[in-house]
Amino acid sequence: MGEIAFQFLTPWADGWFGALWPTVWLTLWTLAKIVAIVLPLMLGVAYLTYAERKVIGYMQVRLGPNRVGPQGLLQPIADALKLLFKEVVVPSGANRRLFILAPMLSLAPALAVWAVVPFSDAMILADVDAGLLYLLAIGSLGVYGVVLAGWASNSKYAFLGAMRASAQIVSYEIAMGFALVAVVMVSGSLKLSAIVASQQTGMGAALGMNFLSWHWLPLFPLFLVYFISGVAETNRAPFDVAEGESEIVAGFHVDYSGMAFALFFLAEYAEMILIAVLTSLLFLGGWSSPLGMFPDGVFWLLAKSCLMLFFFLWFRATFPRYRYDQIMRLGWKVFIPLTVFWLFVVAIWMLTPWNLWK
Amino acid sequence: MRKLARFLKSFALLELLRGLAVTGRYFFARKITVRYPEEKTPQSPRFRGLHALRRYPNGEERCVGCKLCEAVCPAMAIQIDVAEGKDGARRTTRHDLDLTKCIFCGFCEEACPVEAIVETRAYEYHGETRGDLYYTKEMLLAHGDRHEAQIAADRAGERGGT
Amino acid sequence: MHGMTLLFYGFSAILLYAACRVVSARNPVHAVLHLILAFFTAACLWMLLEAEFLALALIMVYIGAVMVLFLFVVMMLDIDLARLRQSFWRYFPLGAGVGILVALEMGLTLGSRFFREQSLAALPSRAAEASNTRELGALLVTDYAYPFELAALVLLAAIVGAVALTYRKSFLRRSPDPERQVRVSAADRLRLVSMPAEKEEDGVC
Repeated sequence: MGEIAFQFLTPWADGWFGALWPTVWLTLWTLAKIVAIVLPLMLGVAYLTYAERKVIGYMQVRLGPNRVGPQGLLQPIADALKLLFKEVVVPSGANRRLFILAPMLSLAPALAVWAVVPFSDAMILADVDAGLLYLLAIGSLGVYGVVLAGWASNSKYAFLGAMRASAQIVSYEIAMGFALVAVVMVSGSLKLSAIVASQQTGMGAALGMNFLSWHWLPLFPLFLVYFISGVAETNRAPFDVAEGESEIVAGFHVDYSGMAFALFFLAEYAEMILIAVLTSLLFLGGWSSPLGMFPDGVFWLLAKSCLMLFFFLWFRATFPRYRYDQIMRLGWKVFIPLTVFWLFVVAIWMLTPWNLWK
Repeated sequence: MRKLARFLKSFALLELLRGLAVTGRYFFARKITVRYPEEKTPQSPRFRGLHALRRYPNGEERCVGCKLCEAVCPAMAIQIDVAEGKDGARRTTRHDLDLTKCIFCGFCEEACPVEAIVETRAYEYHGETRGDLYYTKEMLLAHGDRHEAQIAADRAGERGGT
Repeated sequence: MHGMTLLFYGFSAILLYAACRVVSARNPVHAVLHLILAFFTAACLWMLLEAEFLALALIMVYIGAVMVLFLFVVMMLDIDLARLRQSFWRYFPLGAGVGILVALEMGLTLGSRFFREQSLAALPSRAAEASNTRELGALLVTDYAYPFELAALVLLAAIVGAVALTYRKSFLRRSPDPERQVRVSAADRLRLVSMPAEKEEDGVC
């Protein structure tokens, strides 16, 4: 599609830009791709909030939002408009510059990671070689938004929330990283598209049962650890001590209002979607269809991600909040030993004649 | 040995799955939400809503100005002034009810010897200022005239029942 | 190559600015944030050299974990700026001396033959599809296996040291042990006994 548009536009644009035209075109085309990723993402975030309220409502035998638009479908738009028009109040004791900077710092990495996420064979912005590493690296920057928000608000609740959030994010990143190491080991690549491709071959796929050769089955404990760590990483229930209303009001973003608050919200939900998409890519075969008879496509990735997101909401509706020290125990004393153990199991497995991933 | 079994069992996340099953079941359960303006919950004939002053079928006011309701009102929401009416009977010249004070306990209705002041089923009223919720005798009588049929039916049902 | 050079100078300018602010910022938190910016731009510069694994590892390890903990510590410090400034001139000669020494060392290293332009140009250019990570990994477990293991040992010693320094005996800790709390089951706390509602032999009624 890009080439066609390029050839179509070249005769006109050559006159204006001259020799620079290919560079200008590359910039414009990349920008268009970025918009094509970010706009649906923002829409997805908006409707994820709607889905969250609906799903939790249904699980609590309520209906959830049903007033704005048919079935309440316009509710997220109304919420967004409300937040847009609200005043951003900066507390007088706050560090003004950092206070404004923090929400941006939390949203920017949450959007930047999408640069390397593939949606199908051809739909990817940058198919870089160390894609997974890039994801981990940029994903770990999100914690600064939280820490700075807590500190810059100059409020003890915000500060406590920030400390809890960042300690949690830093701890669970390790378990997550170890779980990913096993995925990288069996796929032999850090490239996300190669990881998905490696799941499309194997015994199950040969029989037309693709879902049996996805990574979730042989790496089942790691799949669980990765997803649960993902829930903890995004500070979602039941690991949402960072915003434990009963203890610290709302955590690191107590003092934020209006769009500044909305940015934190966007970042949190964008990260949720990212974890869901990544789980589908790394463990559930990405865009490959579960049975050989159906065609592969971006549809499958979306379906799997939606399923994972549903689990996020289901967890929130089901489990009571963990106590903080128990979260730390789970991360350091259960998940990390478990992942390391399974890493060795997989490594030894790969050296035996029963190696599935040749 | 039992410890080991329990240790391994904890990795199966059985408790968590059981919890998920409960919420998962309720996800498909029938929702109990009442979509208020379109749907309403059934009302009891004894519902204590907005007050009304009643008349006899011939149009004569029931209230005899005995001030029992004023006396019994725990919130002191009722104000009554009495004078001799045109027919020589004792009549109220003022029968005000401050709905911002009223707690809808129904004592006034119970105290009334002639069933003049009653509480009706009406609850969908509002005021845009405080003054709007200060109901005078005329307003209460008008409200009673509007809903007399319903009021009478509810009261009749009560008597029949006991 | 023109664009790359432009990027290089841009990143270098940011890096130098951030590095200067690290030492000149009044507020220690601002100083740490500038340090993070410096790390990040350094990672970007490495990226320009096609050392993407190192660059991303720098971001992940230093910015993602080490600096967060660093930021924590600095945020909780109670620093009296006025008192710090009083002794500024007393320590100035020492600081200046160390600074000059570092500058000299760096000058000597960078001026050496290894960093001359010819030797850089003589480095073999990698094939476009060669994976940086794969090459690094292969080198680590073949040519550099021994130093790699040594480094791991040093890190292990550091971990053991940190634990030994901060470990307090359990009777000094007042916090509940989540380990034990999690392990508790209903049977440990609650005993269900079946008691007949009436005693049969007595026959009260």
